[in-house]
Formats: sequence, structure tokens, C-alpha cells
Amino acid sequence: MEKKLLLGDEAIALGAIHAGIRGVYAYPGTPSTEITEYIQRHPLARERGLHSTWCANEKTAVEAALGVSYAGGRVIACMKHVGLNVAADAFVNSAITGVNGGMIVIVADDPSMHSSQNEQDSRFYGKFSLMPVLEPSTQQEAYDMMEYGFELSEREKLPVLMRIVMRLAHSRAAVEVKETAREVQALPCAKDPAGWVLLPANSRRKYAALVEQQPRLEELALHAPYTRYEPSAEVKPVGILACGIGYNYVKEVKEAAGKFNLLKVTQYPLPVELVRRLAAESREILVVEDGQPFAEEIIPGMLSADYPVKGRLTGDLPRTGELTPDSVATAMGFRPERYFDLPKEVVSRPPALCQGCGHRDVYTALNEVVKEYPEARVFADIGCYTLGALPPFRAIDTCLDMGASITMAKGAADAGVFPAIAVIGDSTFTHSGMTGLLDAVNDKAQITVVISDNLTTAMTGGQDSAGTNKFEAICLGLGVEPEHVRVVVPLPKNMEEITRILREEIEYKGVSVIIPRRECIQTLNRKLKQKKAEKKS
Amino acid sequence: MKQDIILSGVGGQGILSIATMIGEAATQAGLTLKQAEVHGMSQRGGDVQSNLRLSDGEIASDLITAGTADMILSLEPMEALRYLPYLNKDGWVITSSSPFKNIPNYPDDEALKADFRTLPHVVTVDVEAMAKEHSMPKCANVILLGAAARYLKILSVEQLRASIARVFGSKGEAVVEMNQRAFDLGYAASESK
Repeated sequence: MEKKLLLGDEAIALGAIHAGIRGVYAYPGTPSTEITEYIQRHPLARERGLHSTWCANEKTAVEAALGVSYAGGRVIACMKHVGLNVAADAFVNSAITGVNGGMIVIVADDPSMHSSQNEQDSRFYGKFSLMPVLEPSTQQEAYDMMEYGFELSEREKLPVLMRIVMRLAHSRAAVEVKETAREVQALPCAKDPAGWVLLPANSRRKYAALVEQQPRLEELALHAPYTRYEPSAEVKPVGILACGIGYNYVKEVKEAAGKFNLLKVTQYPLPVELVRRLAAESREILVVEDGQPFAEEIIPGMLSADYPVKGRLTGDLPRTGELTPDSVATAMGFRPERYFDLPKEVVSRPPALCQGCGHRDVYTALNEVVKEYPEARVFADIGCYTLGALPPFRAIDTCLDMGASITMAKGAADAGVFPAIAVIGDSTFTHSGMTGLLDAVNDKAQITVVISDNLTTAMTGGQDSAGTNKFEAICLGLGVEPEHVRVVVPLPKNMEEITRILREEIEYKGVSVIIPRRECIQTLNRKLKQKKAEKKS
Repeated sequence: MKQDIILSGVGGQGILSIATMIGEAATQAGLTLKQAEVHGMSQRGGDVQSNLRLSDGEIASDLITAGTADMILSLEPMEALRYLPYLNKDGWVITSSSPFKNIPNYPDDEALKADFRTLPHVVTVDVEAMAKEHSMPKCANVILLGAAARYLKILSVEQLRASIARVFGSKGEAVVEMNQRAFDLGYAASESK
């Protein structure tokens, strides 16, 4: 064993490599990105030629991962919580096909929405799909659970969902890791069309078997390696059911040590027997879980109707936002004392587009043209350029999900909005924008699409973008007319040309695409620095 | 013994490199460590913070509880004040005095100074000016670490100084020397306060 200082994401990545994966399939998304990046950099992963290039989106990632499993390899697919919505079709059905080689889908939730549009809790997806779910509370558990999870997956012939939250993903701690990795898993390729072709007749049979498997999965959760019951010596104290990192916040309240019956849960479906024991030995249960009230909604169904269960739904913990040591201590009756107030001078400091960023020039041009059309609406998308909503630009009217700029603009144009302008980044366009553009072309919708191409997936730190050098060809292939695919260089000196082209294309009665293309200032600076360093050495 | 530190600043200033240097020293000293970082959107010029927890025992939570931080170590004065509710009653604030004004409603300099005067344990160092004066423009964060070294009870000044050599070792002797000089300058500057 050797000790390494690792982010939660990195511990998962190393655990996966050590468990003999054939590869990782992922689309970048905070707070999950570092899992794949760690594998991309790792010497053993390179030596073994493990797959680690980025996928176009989370759905293609999960499907490709299932293909690896089908072929007999171990594999992980990684994404942020909202990415699981994109992958949901493949994810939910993979519980019906089941797996061959072990497959773990790692989903990083973002309670408090540090870098996200919602705080959905992925454990609901696990329950919905009838899949086992792992939820580590520490970086060490995250590492250890990879080998455990693959064994579970291969034994039960099911994909496993590992749910982590941002605070574990992006927090560093020492992790004891193995010094040698398991060989890359190579089971024989699956060959069972009746199990893998989801025609209704097959699906009905497989779904019934999956439902029948549930009591066994529950039994497994009871004996999960990090799930444990810590009874108090006191008679009928309050019981705490703590899920994942919620356990750490409970343990942080040193004054409360030994005063509560404590059940730590790290695997689902919930271990009913342990929940009932906790209830029988406690006078009430406080549920401490990061994200949404998942266990809190389920456990009353396991207990007598009048058994008191407290948590986020009862207001004992805040209904929204991530757990904090403060909120958990307060719910346990140990409100932390504060000695200094926040001075009234302190104001918020929102993030902003970088100085020199091409998106800035795009918005400057767009704002100038849009001024001439009081009824204009700008439908934007997910990426750095969402910051165009803030001053000084205030340039966009909507941002919903990956790809919605084009489709919302199209719907609005269908309903009479003019001009309807979509602003989307290069990586977001290949993730989920292309299909919407086809809809728009087929309906000859009067929309102007701006693909602000900075040659990278910038928001998550500059990962490769799936469509680089292919955008004109993609747009033409989808049927946008060649004279209405326009490329510009977003620089202040080109402002006159950009605004002229914007005006022309807004007036065109059909789909037009304008591609302002200039490399992200962050990735450019990084490359220049690297070059300089190489020259020196 | 434990030491809970809130590192703060503005995205891009380099608070994580301070965390790396302290973390390296702590690991060498055999201490337990947890460090919660901020990645993603807020790194684009917004306020950023990192919770760094060191202990000779176990650490449960990745986050520091309100009213319990032993130190706020900040590369920007307003950002130091943002985390005051986390400071314990005997805690130290070690901060750069150079404001980073990338917002239109940045508070008045005098108002900030008045806020610092109300604190019992505070060290303000103009690390940006010192870095410029000594021709070490990239070393402001190391100067700040030097200024904090006296008050980081869980690690000795020698341990921190040695970690600089290891962290910058791959960049050559000249870089190590410059950063250790920056560390010493910060250390000396914190003495007179």
C-alpha cells in the first residue's frame, strides 16, 4: 500500500485503473471532469492504451461503455448529474439488458448548483432504474468502491451507479492505494441476443427478473463494506441516518459523539432491516443526506405511520442547497457559535468572461445589431458564454440545457418571434445542437444560429471539442445552404464585418449559421507557456 | 492539534498553489489533511476559496464549520472579510492589502481598513508591491505564505520553507531560491505587525 493525496475524482479514476478497466467514456462536466483527465494523464493507462478520449455527449458515452461491457471489459462512464438526463435512455435500459464485463456509471451531483442549472439527486435514477447505487463518504471509500463495484456489477450482471457530490469530487485527502493494478479484465464477449435485444417479449422477461432481483440487492446493501450501524450507549436517543458525506458532517460534531444512534448508508436500495433497527432503538430519526430528500421520502414507508422522521422535508435541515457542517450541527442541536459578522462592505464578485475572450466580441457585435430590433430575442446555451447574461453585456434572454438555444429559437420563430437568434458554443453544438439544427433546416425556420467556436470545451477547463474543424461540413451536411454558413474572426478590428453579416443573416428567411472562430484565450496562453518551457529545456 | 485554514482570493490569483505548498509540508510532516477546492465557473474572475484542514488526528468533514477556522489566508482584502463568520474568536487573518477591483461596486479602501481594525489578530501585507519591488512578480502568493508562517502553529517555518524547495524543485535552483527569498521577505514583513 502507498499513500497518495487525491481529489475524490482522482481516487475514483485510480481505483478504476487498478480494477482493470478497458477504458473511460465521458463528456466533461463539473464536478466530474477530473476523473477522465486523471486517466488521460496516468502512465499505466497510457501504457495499457485505455480508452480515455472525450465523447460527443453522455448518451454516446454510456452506450459505448455498455459496448465495452458487452465485449467483456470493465468500464466506467462519467458525467455530471444533468448529463445523466442526456444519457437516461441508455442508462435506464442498461439495467434491463444487464452487463457482461463490470460497468460503473459515475455521476457527480452538484447540490447548491456551484456550476449547474439544477440540483437533481442521481439516487432517484438508481431507484427508478432498479440499479444498485454506491455512495462513498470519503476519497478512500471512493477508491475502494471501484474494485468492489466491479465485482458487484459482474456478479449481479447489472450496471452500478456511483453517486458522488461536488464536495467529495473536489476535495483532496490522503488515500491508501494498491501498488499494483489488476490485469485488464477480458471476459468472453457476450452472445445472447435474447438477453440483449430489447424487443417487448425479451424486455418483459428481463424486467420481471430485475424486479425479482431487488430483495437480493437490498440484502447486499445490508452488508456493504462501508455501511454500518453505530449504536449509542444511551437509551432511546435520537437516531441519525446519514448517507454518503452526510456522515462526515455528523462526525464533525465532536460534542455529540456517542449521543446518537448512527446508521451510515453507502449503498442502495436502502438496507430496510438496518433502518428498522435504527427506528426501533431510537425515539425519532434525523435523515442527513446531501442533495434531495431521497431516503427521507422512502423510510416512512418502512416504519409505522406515526414514526417521527425529520430532515429536509420537515425544515430541520434546509430544503435546498448542499449540506454544511453548520446546518448538520444545528439540526443535531449544536448550533455553532459565530464570533465575527460579515461586514456590510463585502459585495458579491460574480465570475466574468476573460479579458481577450472571443465571446466578448461576439456579444459586443450582437448587442449592437440587436439594438436595431426591439423585438429580438437571444436564446443562449450552456458554457462560458452563458456569462453573457451578466453585465456589462446582458446579451442573452434564455439558457435552459445543452442544445436548447437552437430548438428554443426555432420554436419561438415558429410562434412569430423575429429575430430569433441562437448562441451556442462549439462543444455544446456537437453535444446536443446538431439534431435541433436539422429540425430547423427541415422546417426552413427563420433563425440565426451563432456557433461561437473557441476550439475547445472551455468552461470545464479546456478539453478537446468533438467538432473542431468540422463545423462548416456538419452544417452543410445537415442542409444549411452554403451561402448562409458564414465564418468570422471575433476581434474588435472586425466589428464592422461581423455586424454586417449578422444583419444580412437575420434578414434571410431561413436557417443561417454564423461561426465566429477564435481560440479560447485560456488554452492559447497555456499552449504558449508550454512552448516557452519546451524551448528553455 | 488542528489547524483549519480558509484560503481566499479571486479566480486566477493562485490560492491553490498556496494550498499545494502547505499541503506538501503537512504530508511530509505526517499530518492528516483535507482540502476542499473550487473548480468550474467561479474560476473566471469570481470569488474563490478553499478549505484546508490539517490535524494530527482524524478529520471528518471536508468543510470548515462556522466560527472554527484558525486562519483566513487571503490574496485579496475584501475576500478575506467575506469569510469572517468562519473565524474562531482567537483566529488570525493574514491578507494581501492590494485590492483586486474587477467589479464596479468595489468598496471604499478606508471602509475596508476600518473593518480590519476591528479584528483582534490581523496581518496585512502589500504582497503585490513587495513582489514588484523585489522583481519577483509571480511570487506574491509565496510572500503571503511567508507572512502566515509565524502563525501556522501546526507546521514550523523550516518545514514550510523546505516544502517550497520540493514544490519548485523541478523548475531549477534559481526558481527555488527566488521563492524562498519571497517566503523570507513575507516572514520578515509579518514580524513588525
